[in-house]
Amino acid sequence: MSPQSDPGAPSRPADHIDSTEPEAGDASIAQPKLGFVGWLRFGWRQLTSMRTALLLLLLLAIAAVPGSLVPQRSSDPNGVTQYFDKNPELAPILDGFQMFDVYTSAWFSAIYLLLFVSLIGCIIPRTKHHFEALRARPPRTPVRLSRLAGHTERALPEGETAAAAIDSAAKQLRQSGYRVERYELRGEPSVSAERGYLRETGNLVFHTALVGVLVAVGFGGGFGFSGQRVIVEGQTFVNTLAAYDSFNPGRFFTDTRLTPYGLTLENLDAVYETRNQDAIGQPIDFTAHVTVQGQGGDPEDRTVKVNEPLYTHGTDVYLLGNGYAPTITVKNADGEVVFTDAVPFLPQDANLTSIGVVKVTDGMPEQLGMLGFFYPTQHELTSGAYTSSYPDLILPVLTLNVYAGDLGIDEGTPTSVYTLDPSTMEQLNGGKTGVDSIELKPGQTAELPNGLGTVTFEDVTPGAAPAVDVDDDADAAASESRNYSQSVSRFASFDIHHDPTQMWVLAFAALILGGLLVSLFVPRRRMWVKAVSKPDGSVVLEYAALARGDDPGLEDAVTGFADKHAGPADADETADAPEKSST
Amino acid sequence: MQLTLDEISILCVYSAMVVYAIAFIAFSIDLARRSAAATAATDAAARVEAKEAVGVGASGGPSSAVAAKPAASLRQAQDGAVAYGRSPSLRVGVAMTVLAWILHLSATVLRGLAAGRVPWANMYEFALTGTLIITTVFLVVLVVSKQDLRFLGTFITGLVLVLLGVAALNFYVSPIPLPPALQSVWLVIHVFVASASVGLFALGFALSVVQLMQARRESIAATAKAAKLTFLATLPDSVTLENLAYRINIIGFIMWTFTLMAGSIWAEKAWGRYWGWDTKEVWTFIIWVVYAGYIHARATRGWRGSRSAWLAIIGFSTVLFNFTVVNLFFKGLHAYSGL
Ligand code: HEM
Repeated sequence: MSPQSDPGAPSRPADHIDSTEPEAGDASIAQPKLGFVGWLRFGWRQLTSMRTALLLLLLLAIAAVPGSLVPQRSSDPNGVTQYFDKNPELAPILDGFQMFDVYTSAWFSAIYLLLFVSLIGCIIPRTKHHFEALRARPPRTPVRLSRLAGHTERALPEGETAAAAIDSAAKQLRQSGYRVERYELRGEPSVSAERGYLRETGNLVFHTALVGVLVAVGFGGGFGFSGQRVIVEGQTFVNTLAAYDSFNPGRFFTDTRLTPYGLTLENLDAVYETRNQDAIGQPIDFTAHVTVQGQGGDPEDRTVKVNEPLYTHGTDVYLLGNGYAPTITVKNADGEVVFTDAVPFLPQDANLTSIGVVKVTDGMPEQLGMLGFFYPTQHELTSGAYTSSYPDLILPVLTLNVYAGDLGIDEGTPTSVYTLDPSTMEQLNGGKTGVDSIELKPGQTAELPNGLGTVTFEDVTPGAAPAVDVDDDADAAASESRNYSQSVSRFASFDIHHDPTQMWVLAFAALILGGLLVSLFVPRRRMWVKAVSKPDGSVVLEYAALARGDDPGLEDAVTGFADKHAGPADADETADAPEKSST
Repeated sequence: MQLTLDEISILCVYSAMVVYAIAFIAFSIDLARRSAAATAATDAAARVEAKEAVGVGASGGPSSAVAAKPAASLRQAQDGAVAYGRSPSLRVGVAMTVLAWILHLSATVLRGLAAGRVPWANMYEFALTGTLIITTVFLVVLVVSKQDLRFLGTFITGLVLVLLGVAALNFYVSPIPLPPALQSVWLVIHVFVASASVGLFALGFALSVVQLMQARRESIAATAKAAKLTFLATLPDSVTLENLAYRINIIGFIMWTFTLMAGSIWAEKAWGRYWGWDTKEVWTFIIWVVYAGYIHARATRGWRGSRSAWLAIIGFSTVLFNFTVVNLFFKGLHAYSGL
């Protein structure tokens, strides 16, 4: 059957298993001496062949592997830096092959773009052909049915004419979803039926939706943005460019796309496991209670949790991290407040041992930097070093090492608020200086070295007593048993995203899945019923079918239909006739 | 002595392993007997040509026994296939597998009760539930399929035994609550469907391996009359095996497609982006593409048959790689092995 003589057959690439074998000497395949256009056509045919699609798919799978072996800039920028440090010789070579940006690399893109060109080149003619097939008549009944799948014969029911039997077959077939067409050849009436056009529809929907996903993802990346912002309890963030700690716009992003709503972190609840001995301190729940206020709107109380982002004002707000932000006040020797703020400390381990930096730029003889360690539940190791043994506030302790000199902020080069560059500063206490580090519990104040002033670790517990001097804190034992659970503010780090095409991607994904189900499970088959006159003058009904694509239920379907139409066959003929019909 | 639920669960795991081992031995004995039957059939055929030896009755269950008669003798004439009667060891194998499955199911359910959540949140539990699903899929397919697939028992019980053993000895962690990132309905849906597709892929893999062996035997039988008969002669022909493998693999593929999508939806909720080429995402994608390649290969001239079978085998290798090496040694956001 060539495609021309069989309009119902799906148009498939020439090397599809259901297509006709190329004839020996087929000019366009064997020896394309057709000039430029011929070559183009030949190339296009190669590109849109099943073999090329297969090859490109396998290539795509292989090309995706290196990105899992080597850290990627997109998902793990620190890993890349470390990789460069550890492999100074190899890393630049790998970088030359874009190994740290595999999924945006030229070679990876080339493979998937070729694949999609091939895909589009494949979909278009098939879609066109499918529309034609949907309007075409089921093909002529083959002359001999005996060679076809599930061929079976039934005697013509008594008192019925051949034409009436074929009529009723056509009717029943139509009822079970077949498109039918009556034919008559040499006085033998027959009906030709076809069903399962949905299979090809599903296949086309599936492949088209793949293109849809790719396009939607491409656009979403261009118009969207993602940004990060750390918010301490009580603080408000207003959705404007300047308010973000870091911001990654898509290529076509303009900041007029930002809706300036306000987001206040009222408080962050952290719950840790206390009973299961194998999991003491394991996080159980983080909930950020926030207030959202749009322009001119009323404030709304909302929550953000891990796994439960907040969708508001066209942005998606995710709770991706949290930690402590000790409130620290520094006074100079004159007793003037030169710094007071809740400083977010970055967690270093599961028990939230955290590191933070205080930068005092003005009001002191020299700029001051303080490198702080915060232990929510302080624990002394045998070495004398501190660590935290539990992530909640049981025995919070802050230690500070003070540096004096030039913070390096004035040059205009951006510096991180989380790091301190000690190269231009002198260390005044801690480490090798011989002066002890400052060590504070919430509500305590200590002298800075060299009589520079004082530093206070504020207790933010509502109604807490005013700060006392660390050395006057006579009742140390009492402080051990105090309830510190509210004494230090927490911060939440939010990711705020806008992805205008996310819903499109989801819709196409649903089409992919639906198309796939339909195209793999709807059987496409043809069935024929023919009244055949035997040499002795009797008439028998012949039934047979043809599968288009994988169709495990085909033979049962023929038997089932024959049984329904003309009654079960004699016992000896069809011993293997299970009771199910899958039409 | 007061046992905790988890301790009872562990007892069940070890009991299940013992019973799987017995099932494995029974299935292996069956394979050995098949070889013997095949050899005997050759001898018998040589001695008494006309007499239909070894009681042609096909290896199939009752439904196919009658119908397979002409087909079986046809195949016998063509490529030396051998009909294979009832085998007590085969029935012992299946019975033991069912028993092991019950123990295995109890172990998994108890583990879930002990932890107070679904029992698939770390490596040990993935293995426990994943292997349970492999056995379940196998048993369901035995009931549903018209072909007699009990011969796959050696592979299935062997695989489950090895994976379960490795998990119990190396991956065990005591039940602990879920970290916030895992507290989601998607844990239930995504991981469960992923495990189910792994079960299907495992079965598809086994069929493809047997298909390749069978194809090789058939090509030898087609050229040389004196081919040595092995247990393969008692199994379905390579085309039947290929069709079965395909049907099982496409169900697995659809579930895997769903796994990938559900994973993206979850990633969007938990990490703020639906796709970020995290290592685990990369391997989920690779598996998906390899199986898409397999489906295409089946529809490509020159690739149907042994070549596409190789793709199914590569596909399952990537699945195993993803579950073991990627989980344990690759860095990424999916650090949930619990080890
Ligand atoms: C983006 C890459 C592609 C992927 C992921 C993909 C995936 C799939 C899948 C999963 C199927 C089986 C489901 C179904 O029948 O709908 C399939 C079938 C098919 N694909 Fe693709 N495909 C891709 C590209 C292509 C290309 C480029 C072509 C054309 C050369 C093509 C032609 C076909 C054909 C003809 C079938 C039907 C096979 C059959 O008759 O069973 N595909 N594809």
